[in-house]
Amino acid sequence: MEADTKAKRHVVCRADEIQPGASKRVQVAGRDIAIFNVNGEYSAIGDRCPHEGASLCAGAIVGLAEADEPGEARMTRHGEFVRCPWHGWEFDLKTGKSWCDPRRTRVKKFDLAVEDATKIVEGPYKIDVFDIRQEGSYLVIDI
Amino acid sequence: MTSPVPSATNLRAGSLPIAGLGAIDCDVHPRSPRRQDLLPYVDDYWREIFMSREIDHLELSGYPETLRPNRAAPDAGNGDAASLAKALLDPLKLDAAILNVTSGVHAIFDPYLAQVLCQATNRWLAAEWLDRDPRLRASLIVPLQHPEAAVAEIEAYAKDHRFVQVLAVVMNDKPLGQRYLWPIYEAASRHGFALNIHAGNTYRHAPTQSGFNSYLVEDFVHQTQGFANQVGSLLAEGVLAKFPEMKVVLSESGVTWMPSLMWRMSKDWRGVRIEVPWVKEMPSLLMRKQVRLTLQPFDGPSDPAQAARAIAHLGGDEMLLFSSDYPHDHRIDVAYWPANLPEELAARAARENALATYPRLEV
Repeated sequence: MEADTKAKRHVVCRADEIQPGASKRVQVAGRDIAIFNVNGEYSAIGDRCPHEGASLCAGAIVGLAEADEPGEARMTRHGEFVRCPWHGWEFDLKTGKSWCDPRRTRVKKFDLAVEDATKIVEGPYKIDVFDIRQEGSYLVIDI
Repeated sequence: MTSPVPSATNLRAGSLPIAGLGAIDCDVHPRSPRRQDLLPYVDDYWREIFMSREIDHLELSGYPETLRPNRAAPDAGNGDAASLAKALLDPLKLDAAILNVTSGVHAIFDPYLAQVLCQATNRWLAAEWLDRDPRLRASLIVPLQHPEAAVAEIEAYAKDHRFVQVLAVVMNDKPLGQRYLWPIYEAASRHGFALNIHAGNTYRHAPTQSGFNSYLVEDFVHQTQGFANQVGSLLAEGVLAKFPEMKVVLSESGVTWMPSLMWRMSKDWRGVRIEVPWVKEMPSLLMRKQVRLTLQPFDGPSDPAQAARAIAHLGGDEMLLFSSDYPHDHRIDVAYWPANLPEELAARAARENALATYPRLEV
């Protein structure tokens, strides 16, 4: 019973499969997960937009348009959001929360780690997706 | 108690008298001033113009007061302050009533004539109405055709708190959110005026986006679209965000269309808000904070339970303001709370909401 309540770690892909600015959808334990690489930093959120179900993975990685005054718009937080490809709703890549309605409109955020290949081979992880080579880094998701 | 609208058959009079609520009537119409009313307040050049151009009865054809339902009954008490007191303020025991002049002054093209007509109308309102009954308040009439003069008029009346809001008609030249009008909102907001958007049309454009309609029944309905346009404009252009203290009061707008506008703008904002990043809150929340609607004429269902559900969609009854729209004949007895409106709304709508809407209103 104890084992079932613990998060399971899943190796989902090689880190270099997702170049900076790119994204990839993976399926882990029956879930569609969108993984983004923003300037070498990876994040993983649920792939299905809670609005109409579009794949967020296909959305643009964007910053936040902000304005203190009408007519004085500027971009901030570059690369921290994905904009849904269908209707433009924005989701914070770090938290999965939508910008417009963070409390109620959100996708799940997953813990993602970049692990060295050697560590993965040696570690007690469930490796159910890929052959692990002995070099490079892999993305590991806790579910 | 006698009905203040003698011609009305009491189709939908409820049983709750307005008297006793300490009500503040947010939309009352004095007769529009005629030439002889305004001449004392203009200089000799403008007297010459008024006479030689025969400027007299300025009726807004998009809000014609000589036609029903805007036409007052022959013995309606909106001819002078004493008659209005006898017909409306006394029987309803109103604590205050806000006078709205929706005359042709709003449609004048000549910016200087518009300015003079607005000035004279305000002076007439002050001298002939406000000075004669301490319960009376008024909307300041300003020339949107001439924003600089409009600002000057607001400044001129900044200390006269009997003028509680600045009046614009709902269908006019351009959307009201546009920046050329912001000096007016800046002055209004700084001095605690609300912005009143009142039914009416200057016919600068066809009243519908599909062209001119043929019948009056259509015209009534299209006013609603005009109100929705203006709320959308004030929100998107950033007026609500820029002037968060200024309430926007919609007069004779109806109510039940408002929730769908709130829902739709809140939804579409999520996807296209990057165009208007100064709209930082969900539009429905901003509207609930700043937009107010007067209750007469009410556009909801006649069944009280259904009407209550329609109103509940607003998400807050702080948005509603009691009004009689006196002396316009909507076939109800304005001495009683309308039968189809929830009575539990009465205390708030009749008084508290108005006090929260008009910082200049001291009762």
